[in-house]
Amino acid sequence: MPGPSARRYPALPGESSETMFGDQARVIASITFRATMGRKRALLFAIPPLILVLVTVLLKLSHPHDASWPSEVVGIFGFTVVLPLTALIIGTSVLGAEVDEGSIVHLLATPVPRSVVIWSKYVVAVVLTAAFVAVPELLAGLIATGGLTKLTVGLFVGALAGSVMYNAVFVMISVLTTRAIAYGLAYVVVWEGLVGNFVGGARLLSVGQYSLGVANAFAHESKALNATQSLGTSAVMGVIVTVVAIVIAVRALSAFSLKGDAI
Amino acid sequence: MTAIELRNVSRWYGNVVAVNDITVTIGPGVTGLLGPNGAGKSTLMHMIAGFLAPSRGELTVGGAPSWRNPGIYRTLGLVPERDSVYAFLTGAEFVTASARLHKLPDPGAAARRAIEMVEMTGAQDRKISTYSKGMRQRIRVAGSLVHDPEVLLLDEPFNGMDPRQRLHMMDLLHGLGEQGRTILFSSHILEEVERVSGTIQVMVAGRLAASGDFRAIRRLMTTRPHVFLVRTSDDRRLGATLIGRPAVTGVEVTDHGLSVRANDYGAFSREIAALTRDQGIRLRELLPEDESLESVFAYLIDTDGPRVR
Repeated sequence: MPGPSARRYPALPGESSETMFGDQARVIASITFRATMGRKRALLFAIPPLILVLVTVLLKLSHPHDASWPSEVVGIFGFTVVLPLTALIIGTSVLGAEVDEGSIVHLLATPVPRSVVIWSKYVVAVVLTAAFVAVPELLAGLIATGGLTKLTVGLFVGALAGSVMYNAVFVMISVLTTRAIAYGLAYVVVWEGLVGNFVGGARLLSVGQYSLGVANAFAHESKALNATQSLGTSAVMGVIVTVVAIVIAVRALSAFSLKGDAI
Repeated sequence: MTAIELRNVSRWYGNVVAVNDITVTIGPGVTGLLGPNGAGKSTLMHMIAGFLAPSRGELTVGGAPSWRNPGIYRTLGLVPERDSVYAFLTGAEFVTASARLHKLPDPGAAARRAIEMVEMTGAQDRKISTYSKGMRQRIRVAGSLVHDPEVLLLDEPFNGMDPRQRLHMMDLLHGLGEQGRTILFSSHILEEVERVSGTIQVMVAGRLAASGDFRAIRRLMTTRPHVFLVRTSDDRRLGATLIGRPAVTGVEVTDHGLSVRANDYGAFSREIAALTRDQGIRLRELLPEDESLESVFAYLIDTDGPRVR
């Protein structure tokens, strides 16, 4: 390994002022956005929100005065199925697809700090997930409850928070493994869905529960959303999970390796 | 002068040694990294490019380690082997994006210059998805040249190129080398290396088998005995005749036919036809046995003699 005395290149003039929203970040975000929306996977993440809105419309037409289904369908179905699955597909696409294709090398063979690469891609994932989940949640809430009710606001804010947290985890997984979708799916289905249902402690480490906790706090629906975590716990744990996941992703990308020809 | 320096560099994957204790300094000019598939060329290129940590040893580019040091790419340009680019971008968008990622003061002008260098100006506004493989390769070279790097690494740059594109790429590399840049490219095709570079590094089975001037190494390759597999209607009788010929240095009777070692490829090829005709022996098969690059490299590493410095 290179010795500690080896020279490192000094910063370029103005480089210290490089922010997370500088020109490099804009270039990466723009390429990531076009790549993610251009892949066939884009159809995949458009389907769950479409189903959510469609089901909501059908239920509204068939049960216009029933007050129980909006929190179950838009809330619980939206937060346990639509949000994690859409975030999984988007979060593992923004970086993972480029790693699979090999085009990431063009990006990494530049002096761009790895934190800027991760940050730019993460922001795109959050914005896309918000557009494909939080906005449909808002729309479904408006249709289901007939206006900008507390439940509608809660679902929208909860979905936004979920987009922020889930994507940090899924971007991290996509840097750590080439089987990001499988591991991400295992987390959502096995950990959050199965283990979380039977083991109370698992809910304390569940992004889905943090999202529901946030939604619940804004909706003031203590029971209907089946939230198990308070706003305080959800916020604190959510911030910790997000920050830790991003830090791990940056560290892992800094050590990104290409396989040689001898194996 | 920006040099690539490797000191006792090794890389292994579990029990498999991909690169074995390589010490070399690669200075300005064009250097070809030659070796059969699986020799460890890509592993070595990845380590120099900062995309793989050496398991042992010290590796620097311009005095700075390339592993976990993104700053190195201000000096280093890389054209990876894998042909994957952002196909939805136009050539100009791709190269300009690269210039912006390098924070060049005038990304547009830098991109135009690099695209002109690889003669892609006419196709720069087309999407990369419409390019031929050779064109994609050239636009990738433009992307890696946009910041005017002192060191350029190209992993199998001639793959998928037609002869005209190859010639153009060879001229380009020549020109860049003459400007005093350090250009290192890998190839498993001897003739490509011969046309582009005077200096070569030959890798076999993870080791540096030969290093230095191409012509000297090539001479050593051509003066070795050639081995032919000969199958005829009467192998033993032909064998007895062949051993008396000056062009032949050895004959062995094997299960598959005669294994003949000759020191003059041309003379032996001509003689064998006349000999079999005169003897009334039917020549069924005549195969040069060691003409593959692999056997040439194996020859280089086996004898340990032709190490040119």
